[in-house]
Amino acid sequence: MRAATRAPVSVRKLEGGSVAPLVFVALALAVLGADLWAGPYYVKLLTRAMIVALAALALDLLVGLAGLVSLGHAAFVGIGAYAVGILAEHGITSGWIQWPVALVASAAAAAVIGALSLRTRGVHFIMITLAFAQMLYFAANSLSRYGGDDGLTIWNRSDFGGIVSLADRRTFAWLCFVLLLSVYVALARLSASRFGRVLRGAKDNERRMAALGFAVTRFRLVAFVISGTVAGLAGVLLANLTEFVAPAYMSWHRSGELLAMVVLGGMGSLYGAILGAFAFVLLEELLSRFTTHWALLFGPFLVLVVLVGRGGIAGLLARLGRIR
Amino acid sequence: MEPTLLVVQFLNGIQLGTLLFLVASGLTLVFGILDVINLAHGVVYMVGAYAAASTFVRSGSLALAIAIAPVAALLVGLLLDRLVLRFLYDRNHLDQVLATFGVILFVDEAVRAIFGPAALPYPLPPAFEWSLELPGGATYPAWRLVIIVSGLVLAAILFGILHRTRAGMVVRAAATDPGMLAMLGVDIRRLFLVVLGAGSALAGFAGALAGPIVAVQPGMGDSVLILSFVVIVTGGLGSVQGALLGSFLVGLADTLGRSFLTDLLRLLLPPAAANEVGPALASMAIYLVMAIVLLIRPQGLVSLRRAAR
Repeated sequence: MRAATRAPVSVRKLEGGSVAPLVFVALALAVLGADLWAGPYYVKLLTRAMIVALAALALDLLVGLAGLVSLGHAAFVGIGAYAVGILAEHGITSGWIQWPVALVASAAAAAVIGALSLRTRGVHFIMITLAFAQMLYFAANSLSRYGGDDGLTIWNRSDFGGIVSLADRRTFAWLCFVLLLSVYVALARLSASRFGRVLRGAKDNERRMAALGFAVTRFRLVAFVISGTVAGLAGVLLANLTEFVAPAYMSWHRSGELLAMVVLGGMGSLYGAILGAFAFVLLEELLSRFTTHWALLFGPFLVLVVLVGRGGIAGLLARLGRIR
Repeated sequence: MEPTLLVVQFLNGIQLGTLLFLVASGLTLVFGILDVINLAHGVVYMVGAYAAASTFVRSGSLALAIAIAPVAALLVGLLLDRLVLRFLYDRNHLDQVLATFGVILFVDEAVRAIFGPAALPYPLPPAFEWSLELPGGATYPAWRLVIIVSGLVLAAILFGILHRTRAGMVVRAAATDPGMLAMLGVDIRRLFLVVLGAGSALAGFAGALAGPIVAVQPGMGDSVLILSFVVIVTGGLGSVQGALLGSFLVGLADTLGRSFLTDLLRLLLPPAAANEVGPALASMAIYLVMAIVLLIRPQGLVSLRRAAR
């Protein structure tokens, strides 16, 4: 069993040993540069991209590592965002209360949805996660007390006493950076651990892992809850950034876009999800400058990425690295 | 809760169910035969509605509008197969979901660019602007009856073909065990094209029928697509009988839930709470039904491949 204690070389490479630090250095320089030269608009854009990247990272843990395709992950982003919005509506603006409540709420929702969804496989899993997300979407729509389908304005960002001030866009951007980096490191370690290898093993051959004595569903459920919680954290940040929360945060289009980012970046590499999220947000920004009908370009692009872009951006980088 | 209202809402549930069945039957067979998740099926329904609406407004002839819709839908369905779907036959479900999601983004946006974001006018022809008197004093709009009757007739024809003809037998066999059928010398891909074409035509027809009672606007296919997926997953993937069962279950759960759940809750909860919870629960009803069915029977109500497990 000694061989099993070290991840095989290919797996370590996938975890982004050399690329991931570069990604974060580039990101830090981009935030710094945007702050110094480009102005507040770009700082906010980068902040949004980092938050979206956090959600995509969460989904990659599930899709790339565990092979569980969730088409309802925007629901957890929405739960995190709504927790902040609803608490703020009742005058509870302290981040020390808002954030833990939001994270516990999204973890609890992920535990319930995961436990039910994991009874199914394949297409059924895709569809039941979609169904649960739709359920929450419609539930949010009928929350007439909290704005219904118009959404809810959040008048004050989470208040952390004097320690960090989210109202300052620079602080907020760096907070998102630190959170993204910490979550990435934590998930990368998780992915390299025994836990990660059980998930990968079950992805390749569920029956074999079960025969080896692993309670596969339990491992997957833990992954689902972790993923849902991280997505909830992204929701908390998103609500604070936009100072607004609406059912649209949970729409199935958002869930589909998250999946698109994961695949665009390259599944299973974690840092790929971050690249995919940035590519998506920046592409959306760029295309929507030329035309309001940016989806006319993005739709076919997505089809092409699926059809010919094996391995996404991370795969491309890996191939470039090999040539060198 | 008067009995006449119950009858009307029951008919509404059946009407929604027949529309869903027209969309879901194609979706379930397409999945059954080549294991392809085709999110773009909702797009085809939208194409049918747009084709019918624009034909009707230009020509004034409802018959022409309803005849053109399935043809337009069929052409678009086959075009999408040639452009995108055929590259996805052997791919995993994630690739299929994403690529057809890309198709949805494109077509919805294209429709928005061409016809504008507002709903297209598709008024009811005067000949159908009357209501049927039901026993007990309630009335029911004629057009909805037309939807129910024509949907049920089509469903009967479909079942007749599937269960009484040789071609139908081959299709059913393909949905049950495509590998075996290919071994027996049937060209599965050609069969798939035929089924995809027929399914697209049915979905386009459903769009033409639904046009006057829903808003003909970009993205109108999305909600129907998701409902159809709920239908076929609840009914059992690949089974047309399951799709029929699932359609009526979903149609009835949705309409009856929306009209009676709040009243029912008032019996249990204080009125204010019932008014708050009722609509929320009603809009979740069909997903609850699906979750319950899947928990008890993960393979769906009608399972074709149980023997293979």
